[in-house]
Amino acid sequence: MSGLRVLVGCKRVIDYAVKIRVRPDSLGVVTDGVKHSMNPFDENAIEEAVRMKQKKIVKEIVVASCGPSQSQETIRTALAMGADRGIHVEVPAGTDADLQPLAVAKIFSKLVEKEKPDLVILGKQAIDDDANQTTQLLAGMLDWPQGTMASVVNAADGRLTITREIDGGLEDISVSLPAVISADLRLNEPRYATLPNIMKAKKKKIEKMTPENLGVDITPRLKILNVVDPPVRQAGEKVPDVSTLMEKLKEKGHL
Amino acid sequence: ASTLVLVEHDGSKVNPATLHTVTAASKLGGPVHALVAGDACQEAAAAAAKIPGIEKVFVAESDALKGQIAEAVSAVLLDVQSKNNYSHILANGTVFGKNILPRLGAKLDVAPISDIVEVKSENTFVRTIYAGNAVQTLESVDPVKLITVRGTAFEAAADEGGSAATEAVEVVVNNDKSKWLEAKLSKSDRPELASASIVISGGRGLKNGENFEMLYTLADKMGAAVGASRAAVDAGYVPSDLQVGQTGKMIAPDLYIAVGISGAIQHLAGMKDSKTIVAINKDGEAPIFQVSDYGLVDDLFKAVPEMINSIDG
Repeated sequence: MSGLRVLVGCKRVIDYAVKIRVRPDSLGVVTDGVKHSMNPFDENAIEEAVRMKQKKIVKEIVVASCGPSQSQETIRTALAMGADRGIHVEVPAGTDADLQPLAVAKIFSKLVEKEKPDLVILGKQAIDDDANQTTQLLAGMLDWPQGTMASVVNAADGRLTITREIDGGLEDISVSLPAVISADLRLNEPRYATLPNIMKAKKKKIEKMTPENLGVDITPRLKILNVVDPPVRQAGEKVPDVSTLMEKLKEKGHL
Repeated sequence: ASTLVLVEHDGSKVNPATLHTVTAASKLGGPVHALVAGDACQEAAAAAAKIPGIEKVFVAESDALKGQIAEAVSAVLLDVQSKNNYSHILANGTVFGKNILPRLGAKLDVAPISDIVEVKSENTFVRTIYAGNAVQTLESVDPVKLITVRGTAFEAAADEGGSAATEAVEVVVNNDKSKWLEAKLSKSDRPELASASIVISGGRGLKNGENFEMLYTLADKMGAAVGASRAAVDAGYVPSDLQVGQTGKMIAPDLYIAVGISGAIQHLAGMKDSKTIVAINKDGEAPIFQVSDYGLVDDLFKAVPEMINSIDG
């Protein structure tokens, strides 16, 4: 199998190491002046596409991101990892937090119409809204098969064999192309962009679009009423030794 | 409201997570129906019919549903929905539910709601974002609500006492695009991680996979399941299905014992609803101690054998 064209999605999110703070108006979290980076699962998605290109299964990788103007930086990172060109679907800053998976899947289905890829790879979930929906929504819209939470992807004879991470272990499925897959963390170890590749990525093209000119209505169907801090769990006591610990657990009826 | 619950099962038994989803469904008011879909699922359907609160069980049985592949199950759901027009369709917030329900969302043009932890009203729900570091209340404006339920946030419904009517559903699924091949399930005599009342998890502090034997020995003495942090999974000590955390399993046992786990945010997200938390770590400053009821600052290689010895039998 060779010469596939792949569309990969990536999302700009608050960096996974940042401690989240809820906004004083309780309508979201503080994003100003906060470090952002590429959603970790999307790094796995891009890495997988790049590896497929190195194995000559894939001929072109197009990376797309929906978000504010800063999403261009996220696209540049993907280009530096090895994607060939980018598409930025710009959503005005401030409204990007309301961009929900259903709308993103609709945008991607329009991009699929335009780019005609053989395969779409997305991260299994974004670490901000934790929805885990976009891949399944997109596959449903396109009526393409889906291979979600993939930890191994093998291509042969016009089909993909995908090992999925399920609750009791793993399962293998086989899907025809075109297909949509979502990357789990153990799919691969994403590479770091090297300086020469970052320089090269600056010359790669990023095409700009908007939901309007793609004909997609992004009005949220889920109205966020409030966002608050989770209940705080009080730290308990330190115990001096194992016998005290076991005593306490007995008192509580655990042993 | 009228609600359809997509039942998770292995052909013969109903997955315990579904019992929690039934409780969430009952909070919506109105009748609750269930769909059991698979290639051989009469036994599971009979088990679902015994869950109190479920009025009717639809049974969809066909070779096309082998492995309960998303393309086929979502097609059956769409068919059942088009004939019955439910206001809510619920599934477990497990890999099974999350794989299937959003695909139906595409067909119905509905925004799914993932992993709810509370039902405020028929259209208002609570869920967590940022790995549990913020709690969001949202209102759906869609005519049908597609919801996955975080089991740990709802009590389990009983699994005996009900007597729902069952009704066969004709399965017309044309799916030549995807095929289920095989499941490679981890075999274990220990309780299942997701439903165990005691869970003992190991982290990077265990240093290697062999040292997990210690935890297995302790777990067997306590009747516990064994879990792991993402660090331990990524280091290859144990397989990924043992992972507890935001990207692994979300669990809430009666007793959670974290051994050699520092307590990264994403791990805490997966276990902080446990009733009693014990942390054993030689670093007294480890964040896990901020959520633990009982903290033991000690070398785990000394403490765990002591625990094993202190339990009779």
